[in-house]
Amino acid sequence: MAERSERDLRTVSTATNPDGDARPLSKSMATHSILRSAPARPAGKPEGFSVVGAALPRVDAYAKVTGEERFADDIFLPQMLFGKMLRSVVPHARLKRVDCTRALALPGVVAVATGADLPVRYGILPSSPDETVMAIDRVRYVGDPIATVVADDELTAEEALSLIDVEYEPLPAVMSIEEALREDLPQIHDNARRTNNVQKEVHLVFGEVDAGFAEADRIFEDEFFFDGNTHAPIEQHAVVAHFGADGKLTFWCSTQTPHYLHRIAAQVLELPGSHVRVIAPPIGGGFGGKTEPFAHELAAGYLARKTGRPVKICLTREEVFYAHRGRHPVKFKVKTGVKSDGTITACHLQSWLDGGAYASYGVATTYYTGALTTVTYKIPAYKFDGCRVYTNKPPCGPKRGHGTTQPRYALECQLDKIADALGLDAVEYRKRIAVDPYTTTVNGLRITSCGLRECLDAAASATGYTVKKGKLPRGRGIGVAASSYLCGAGLPIYWNPMPQSGAIVKVDRGGGVTVFCGTSDVGQGSNHMLAAIVAETLGVDVMDVRVCAGDTDLTPVDLGSYSSRVTFMAGNAAREAAVNVRQRIVAAAAQKLGILPERCALAARRVYDIDHPDDQLTFIEAAQAAEAAFGTIVGVGSYAPPKLAADYKGSGVGPSPAYSYSACVAEVDIDLETGEVTVEKLTVAHDVGRAINPAAVEGQIEGSAYMGLGEALMEEWPFRAGEHKIPNLLDYKTPTSLETPPIHAIIIETDDKEGPFGAKESGQGPLNPVIPAIANAVADALNARVYSTPITAEKILKAMDAAAGGVLRLRKPAPVAVAPV
Amino acid sequence: MSVAPAKALRTFALNGEGVQCAFAPNKTLLEVLREDLGLTGTKHGCEMGHCGACCVLIDDRPVLACLVLAIEVNDRPIRTVEGLAKDGRLHPVQEAFAQCGAAQCGYCTPGFLMTAAAIVEQNNRLGEADIRAAIAGNLCRCTGYTKIIEAIALASDRMHEAQPGG
Amino acid sequence: MLRLPPFVYKPAESVDHAVALLNRHGGDCLPVAGGTDLYANMKQRLFTPKVVVGLSSIAPLRYIAYNELTGLTMGALATISQIAASDVVRRYYPALAQAAAAISTPQLRNMGTIGGNVCVDTRCNYYNQNLDWRQALGFCMKKDGEICRVAPSSPKCVAVNSSDTAPVLQAFGGMVHLAGPSGQRDVSVGDFYLADGINAWARRPDEIVTAISLPPPGPFARSAYRKLRLRHSFDFPILGVAAVLHLDEEGVCVAARIVLNAIASRPLEARAAAQRLVGSKLEPEALDAAAEAAYALGKPLDNTSGSIPYRKRMIRVFTRRTLADIAGQATAL
Ligand SMILES: Cc1cc2nc3c(=O)[nH]c(=O)nc-3n(C[C@H](O)[C@H](O)[C@H](O)COP(=O)(O)OP(=O)(O)OC[C@H]3O[C@@H](n4cnc5c(N)ncnc54)[C@H](O)[C@@H]3O)c2cc1C
Ligand code: SF4
Ligand code: FES
Ligand code: FES
Repeated sequence: MAERSERDLRTVSTATNPDGDARPLSKSMATHSILRSAPARPAGKPEGFSVVGAALPRVDAYAKVTGEERFADDIFLPQMLFGKMLRSVVPHARLKRVDCTRALALPGVVAVATGADLPVRYGILPSSPDETVMAIDRVRYVGDPIATVVADDELTAEEALSLIDVEYEPLPAVMSIEEALREDLPQIHDNARRTNNVQKEVHLVFGEVDAGFAEADRIFEDEFFFDGNTHAPIEQHAVVAHFGADGKLTFWCSTQTPHYLHRIAAQVLELPGSHVRVIAPPIGGGFGGKTEPFAHELAAGYLARKTGRPVKICLTREEVFYAHRGRHPVKFKVKTGVKSDGTITACHLQSWLDGGAYASYGVATTYYTGALTTVTYKIPAYKFDGCRVYTNKPPCGPKRGHGTTQPRYALECQLDKIADALGLDAVEYRKRIAVDPYTTTVNGLRITSCGLRECLDAAASATGYTVKKGKLPRGRGIGVAASSYLCGAGLPIYWNPMPQSGAIVKVDRGGGVTVFCGTSDVGQGSNHMLAAIVAETLGVDVMDVRVCAGDTDLTPVDLGSYSSRVTFMAGNAAREAAVNVRQRIVAAAAQKLGILPERCALAARRVYDIDHPDDQLTFIEAAQAAEAAFGTIVGVGSYAPPKLAADYKGSGVGPSPAYSYSACVAEVDIDLETGEVTVEKLTVAHDVGRAINPAAVEGQIEGSAYMGLGEALMEEWPFRAGEHKIPNLLDYKTPTSLETPPIHAIIIETDDKEGPFGAKESGQGPLNPVIPAIANAVADALNARVYSTPITAEKILKAMDAAAGGVLRLRKPAPVAVAPV
Repeated sequence: MSVAPAKALRTFALNGEGVQCAFAPNKTLLEVLREDLGLTGTKHGCEMGHCGACCVLIDDRPVLACLVLAIEVNDRPIRTVEGLAKDGRLHPVQEAFAQCGAAQCGYCTPGFLMTAAAIVEQNNRLGEADIRAAIAGNLCRCTGYTKIIEAIALASDRMHEAQPGG
Repeated sequence: MLRLPPFVYKPAESVDHAVALLNRHGGDCLPVAGGTDLYANMKQRLFTPKVVVGLSSIAPLRYIAYNELTGLTMGALATISQIAASDVVRRYYPALAQAAAAISTPQLRNMGTIGGNVCVDTRCNYYNQNLDWRQALGFCMKKDGEICRVAPSSPKCVAVNSSDTAPVLQAFGGMVHLAGPSGQRDVSVGDFYLADGINAWARRPDEIVTAISLPPPGPFARSAYRKLRLRHSFDFPILGVAAVLHLDEEGVCVAARIVLNAIASRPLEARAAAQRLVGSKLEPEALDAAAEAAYALGKPLDNTSGSIPYRKRMIRVFTRRTLADIAGQATAL
């Protein structure tokens, strides 16, 4: 490997490395493994593949390690102005007056905009448009945007904010789920149909629920509270907007969803869609926090148009906390009926979501707190009641695991209690009730490939779960949990019959291949995924493929990097586009080689006869022959999921063309005097379908495990006097290298029939089991359970005191006053 | 409006070269690098010392550019991610980060690389515990640190395995 | 991006020059060393000095010296990293090395100085926030406001002293050396800190800290420091316990100082706790009694991370453990 470190910067290539495994592991830390479930194959690249399955450096790795990668805030344009937003300093008020006269008079200030300039209401979900770019007559949380100033420099813009005169008429603030359900507090959004602050209610029943509970030998009822938390990507949201002389507006924006910004910018700025272009440069982490158009982006667009000069707005860290759209705080009541062998007969799940001030994706989130309950274990009868409320806090939305993370915590904790109560081994029990591949759930969700049992086996045997569980000394514990997740939502968020993803593959005469796709690489490696799929299909080196992504002018639509849809959907589109190109190359090459097209193989930049590999053309010769024969070589592909939704209201949330599966085993060591939890190791096995790039899949698993650790132990969402208490990265605790344990990522491959090369997803699914696995490990260590996240040292001490019969009782989440009916 | 004091003119020893630059005296090194010198490789995630994304080397020691006043640097040598590769060759930490998949979104990466470069250059082979302690001032939200630690260990092994002259 | 407000930066050429600059510019002027505290606070508009006097250019203040007769002297510009790594500090004042190593992050320790650390601003989570956040709160007594948000009836600000080294320096009986317009003066660390979150130091605005010194530890001194924080890096202490014990040849404790920090505006000397140890051989019962006495003394308030009951409860645990660290060293003699 030594020669690779001497690699010349100009000739980065993987073609010289025949087995493609360019990633040496330092011996001490080689803790990764790939296991393939039936049909079992030896670890390593699947047979016949040269790029898919290879742990290659990503195509953009070298740009990232040299500082060359240009993120949105790294873009500086001539004449650029800098914008700052004035934000509400009260949680709830009528806005009586916003006067920018003094701000505009400040030398260096170029323009100002307020809510009145942009009155169009919008929302990421067409069914709940409750936002305007800036407040018009009401502010709804501390941080709600009121006005935007652009100036020659950022300090001047900031100073101008202090010169804007705002008059508020304060209203009582609604700061909790309980308060939101009350009828004597003001409504945050006028809603004549209701008398409280409920935004969305869902009530669904599948199967014979009453009969199921009647049939049960034991019924378990528990309450849990999952606190909110936020994505905290290290890159603060940034946008540069430029309105050209041609009347066209271009955004360079740190967005996971360029297509949605395109749509909503056109709508809100009242421009034809053909005059709006959104470019997503590389994104410095998203995790769901950059999946919808933000006020500062639309304001930048408006002010770029108004001033004719480029406008940049980069949020401060505090503003990132206000932009939020993160994990909803959710209260749960879970009632599960089981036979004495643990077989589930019925389940009733109730969730109350604290949504913050706007709808965001909240309607979908509400459904998601119930929809996937049935996709992990067999549940023959299921009732779900969900309720999302408005509160005067930054709006919540999707964070990695969108809406499914919280109920998975509640359900897996309860499942452990059931296993304990019935004297069952928690792993064997889970395997027994795990869903079977190629079945349909009681709520009509189609399950295809499923490696859940393999995940459980792999995680358990890698850790010695069965021999350790219940037998470790007090203070040390081991816990398991399992989960499932989507590979993209079956339906788009705005109804339409078009594909969810499209791709174009183009070949140039020098043998270069470009794939155009609307995806936005947020760090998950979608650029590499596209390049790998195209390279594999065309038999070229992955570094021969240039990825042109996330540009609404140049690339076909991809709905965006959310809901773990990109590998499955954009991957399938890119595969189809590449196959189109391949057909023409093969046809032309077959003719030149004088063989049947079926005998042509493409690999290592060659097109050759499989029976006589020496009869070959270079890829360039073959591509040129194809161009001569057929004209310009461009292939297109697109992906639309099969029709999956069942026939009931709300059935649109939950269906997915495939589900990924994961299991986690957590090992913890608790200091019984301080309550401090040390997670010693996290082992996560994940059924990814097929690992297009195992190094990237491991990276997703490791990152998910880390993020789950933070949510389980330290990340919280506290408010005091109407304000977020800790809107900074010092007080909002994200784990450092010292709290993060070694993470063992185990890849399980099930080769999904519909996924590109068998792939499913790995970006979100592996997070879900981590939080309950840690909670279950803590319970194992203490013989006592904490019923809310984060599991802080203080809660642990209280749980221990309570278990010891001490005076301090563990405070379970307060019962919710009004149950949704 | 507060009167902006006159710009300061300074020469920096930046990535081995003398670079002259005029900038507002209240600017941090982070701002001057990114805005006045066009070196946007150095990132920022908080500007308060809370994240480590802005880490650069001054006198070969990792420091946070967001809390260093540019005019205080004087002639002390500054190294940024743009100066890590030499003569067309990547620094061993850069090579290892690329190979191990230690950069996911890559936004924290320049800060980690600078910390990593300092520790692999100044120490013998590093163990996992040393690496964890050394990068405890750099936050990453993508990787769980796993592959970052692997990459630094690999770079350290390679740097200290290498035969003299080889 | 959070930015510094405009100001004029004046590098000091010498201690006298620094003092003269501070004296000339009066209340609108602040000294800066590593800047890790001051610049962060200026970005939040907690301070908006017109003139900032740079001390980092005074090279003679960057030293660590040890001498058996006079003990340890640290120039104000010695960095936290240097102190944590110093052989003499680790050998003779282990608690100080532990405290230094527990400060913030590796990068910040390379930047921060001991002079800045002893003068680090008191902290409060109603105060260490951006300007707009504090405006939404309606400000507080320490900056731009009238009342204390933590203790509304308190006539004084109760922001907490958050220096990791302060309790250790006090436990060792250290001295702060100041230079001002009328010359040098020395103040014991115990007297340097005042019970007021706003006027928390005996330093006058036109004085600078030139050095901090600790007496020679003597042959049988033992010391330890423990810090409570939620993460093992970045985080300020939410409780600090420093202990320095002097033993005789038999291992009997002849003198002890225990200092708690990060629960009040100044380091708190737990005299009753120390008293429980004197005459003992650090038997478990003595340590328990001392921990109990420390517990009785500490009254944390709700202005840091971690709750009041938790931090209070940890005083006993952390005191006990700090003393056990020392007892462990003693048996290893
Ligand atoms: C993220 C973060 C985490 C931190 N964590 C900790 C922690 O865990 N523990 C801890 O103790 N500190 C912590 N700090 C605070 C700070 O970094 C250290 O206290 C550091 O030692 C301060 O030194 P400095 O030289 O940077 O101080 P500066 O910022 O230069 O100065 C601090 C204050 O002291 C004054 N001052 C500085 N030098 C002198 C002098 N010689 N004479 C008179 N006045 C002077 C300044 O005017 C200013 O008011 C943290 C800071 C940050 C940003
Ligand atoms: S203790 Fe009181 S006065 Fe002091 S900073 Fe906090 S809220 Fe303000
Ligand atoms: S930007 Fe400097 S530490 Fe975050
Ligand atoms: S790689 Fe994204 S923050 Fe570290």
